[in-house]
Amino acid sequence: MSDEYDNNKSYQAQSSEVMDGSTGSVNPDIDYVRPSEVGEQELYHPHSFIEKWVFCQDAKVIGVQYFLTAVFTGVVGLILSWLMRLQLGFPELAGFMTAEHYYQFVTMHGMIMVVYFLTALFLGGFGNYLIPLMVGARDMVFPYVNMLSFWMFFVAVAVLMASFFVPGGPTGAGWTLYPPQTILEGTPGAGMGILLMLISLSLFVIGFTMGGLNYMITILQARTRGMTLMRMPLTVWGIFTATVLAMLAFPALLVSAIMMTLDKVLQTSFFMPTILKAGEVLEYGGGSPILFQHLFWFFGHPEVYIVALPAFGIVSDLISVHARKNIFGYRMMVWAIVGIGALSFFVWAHHMYVSGMNPWFGFFFATTTLIIAVPTAMKVYNWILTLWRGNIRINVVMLWCLGFIVTFVNGGITGIFLGNVSVDVPLSDTYFVIAHFHMVMGIAPLMVIMGAVYHWFPLVAGKMLDEGLGKWHFWITFLGAYSIYFPMHYLGFIGVPRRYFEMYDSPYMTSAVGMNEFISIAAFIVGAAQFILIFNIIKTLKTGKKAEQNPWKANSLEWYTSTVPPEHGNFGERLPVVHRWPYDFSVPGAKEDYIPQTTAPSEVIHTEVEKT
Amino acid sequence: MSEPKIDGFELKPGFKGMASDTASDQTMFKGVHWGKAMMWIFLLSDTFVFSCFLISYMKGRGSTPVEWPNPSEVFALEAFGVPVPLLLIALMTFVLITSSGTMAIAVKYGYEKNRKMCGWLLLATALGGLTFVGMQAYEWSKLIHEGVRPWENPFGAAQFGSFFFMITGFHGFHVSIGVIFLFIYTYKVFAGHYEKGKKGWFTKLKGDYVEIEILGLYWHFVDLVWVFIFAFFYLW
Repeated sequence: MSDEYDNNKSYQAQSSEVMDGSTGSVNPDIDYVRPSEVGEQELYHPHSFIEKWVFCQDAKVIGVQYFLTAVFTGVVGLILSWLMRLQLGFPELAGFMTAEHYYQFVTMHGMIMVVYFLTALFLGGFGNYLIPLMVGARDMVFPYVNMLSFWMFFVAVAVLMASFFVPGGPTGAGWTLYPPQTILEGTPGAGMGILLMLISLSLFVIGFTMGGLNYMITILQARTRGMTLMRMPLTVWGIFTATVLAMLAFPALLVSAIMMTLDKVLQTSFFMPTILKAGEVLEYGGGSPILFQHLFWFFGHPEVYIVALPAFGIVSDLISVHARKNIFGYRMMVWAIVGIGALSFFVWAHHMYVSGMNPWFGFFFATTTLIIAVPTAMKVYNWILTLWRGNIRINVVMLWCLGFIVTFVNGGITGIFLGNVSVDVPLSDTYFVIAHFHMVMGIAPLMVIMGAVYHWFPLVAGKMLDEGLGKWHFWITFLGAYSIYFPMHYLGFIGVPRRYFEMYDSPYMTSAVGMNEFISIAAFIVGAAQFILIFNIIKTLKTGKKAEQNPWKANSLEWYTSTVPPEHGNFGERLPVVHRWPYDFSVPGAKEDYIPQTTAPSEVIHTEVEKT
Repeated sequence: MSEPKIDGFELKPGFKGMASDTASDQTMFKGVHWGKAMMWIFLLSDTFVFSCFLISYMKGRGSTPVEWPNPSEVFALEAFGVPVPLLLIALMTFVLITSSGTMAIAVKYGYEKNRKMCGWLLLATALGGLTFVGMQAYEWSKLIHEGVRPWENPFGAAQFGSFFFMITGFHGFHVSIGVIFLFIYTYKVFAGHYEKGKKGWFTKLKGDYVEIEILGLYWHFVDLVWVFIFAFFYLW
């Protein structure tokens, strides 16, 4: 059963209407927007509790489901990092932990945070919730497939978590799962653990493909009237480009997972060379371990940008709204996102400088890696220029955005160190690498997630999160994160290797011991501070102040729904008609300091509004 | 001939048209059904899957220290007492390509709302696919009988067996999925679901003959992939 909305085709009367119902003078020439091409989307409305909240086809509910599942795995990843830090900082307190446990925690922490937490949160969570609202669609274009996507992800998480409880425990091969050691006896979890990991990854890819098709087609084919690609919020651009990357990069992960599963189960030798173990030749032979590294990083590097690009997009929107200024160089920002996305497919082997590949190959990949700094730097300049002389509101959202910019610049600069072969070789596999990627793709995107949660919570739940608690949350996280990762750069320079369970009596360890203790204490505090947010959310849901519609005075469509929080179908009887980009803030001559995307040109004819 | 229009939007030819479509609102691909666009993008992603498989195969074949077996000997089939190289593969390829033809005609009849013809041609396509899978099963069992396994191969490099079973298996899996859907849609067309406006079993939404074209896109893709597998595996 489906309700079909009345597709009103009296365009000229409609075109002058804004969402709040006020009408201006009708000027059919400048307000004209082409009629709808596709007509109304047929929606299936839920009939029971299960259809509404469990097997739900509404992208908003699916987004929240993705979000909660990802946060759950993220908390598991956080606890694993605590255990690792306990071992590194205070080994005498971590007597229960063996080296095997440590490797398993390292591996699971990495895989969980990169794939099951950040990717799922940005694309599954924010993507599902925001894309249909921001482009002015009723829902994702294939709601049923979208639902399957979430449940496939849910099963993938369940399989991953199950690996903690199988004989031998989860895999301990490092999140990169390099063969041959990953599937050889002696590596923790080389039995069931690695098998469940590979199955879980394959399920994740299949589930993500279903979601990704939805995001792409919704953005390409289901925008509302007047919504051109160059009027889309940068959030949508970031998520869109990240989805394209994922659709093209995840195949490499799927293929490598299938091949490794066969190596494990059927004793094929895709990745396995001839191996002597305790004087005996194993059954393997003739395969290429480097092939796995190429496949893995062909997925792995775009994966970095699958996490980073949605963060870039979201932070652009947050900065623009909370600095009350249009985003500086919108088109440049769009092309930078697209350019970074395209370049990210040509840099993968910079993860493999020490793998023994041809040095000229390294030279090529160093060059492409440094080229990618150009569009990235353009984005940073544009964020700063957006803030420049803006009417900045230092609220919690803005704090997270500012935290993001400095953290991202910090991580980006260490990236230039690691992108050059000659500098990378001595730094490779040290704590410098850990510091770099945690800054640039751990903390920085996480800050955007936090900012986005504070920004969009009033839309999702209809209540304002507590600012005071938010500021505590921000400052502890921000200062704490720097306390964790700044010293790690130094540890890397003195040569402390990563992934070591214990440092034994190495001479350089005397200066590292105190630092490791300090880092561990900071890590415990920062981890605990994240529960402030969870407390804040629970407290707000119970006793929080009710949010007015559009509390931040933003322009983009998600704030102009018929109800807050938006209902199934998003926009009530009529879809909004878009006349401008979402960044018309502080326009000279305008009554308010913002002009919603739905405002018709005739209503702002006396202002100096940009033509978009 | 005047330029075609969609709801007040002028469709221009060539690169200019592409640019103006991209710059327009609502849709990027004018007049393209959502499901059709989805299938194209899925196929692009799937192309990357098969490319990864085939590139891995090239790398594996190039770097194995043991000699690669001669495909025209391994894949020879005895006909009238004479070993004919690639006979079975030639037949399989012929059947699969032919089924692509019947699929294309089924799409045409679907859009003409010729329910009977569309249904019969879908059935023919499904049977063609089934024949292909059957012949592949025969080929697998023949090789297994001769001692080829994913982990070993009496004719030379062990990777030959590994890649052969993996890649043809993955392709055969695609064909099998396609065959299942072909049978389902044969039933839907013969039962007149599109004419009656019957809602889908899972999605609870109404269908349209465009679904036949979407299925056709998938089917042609599976055929095209086979051509590449044929070239890289059997002819190289």
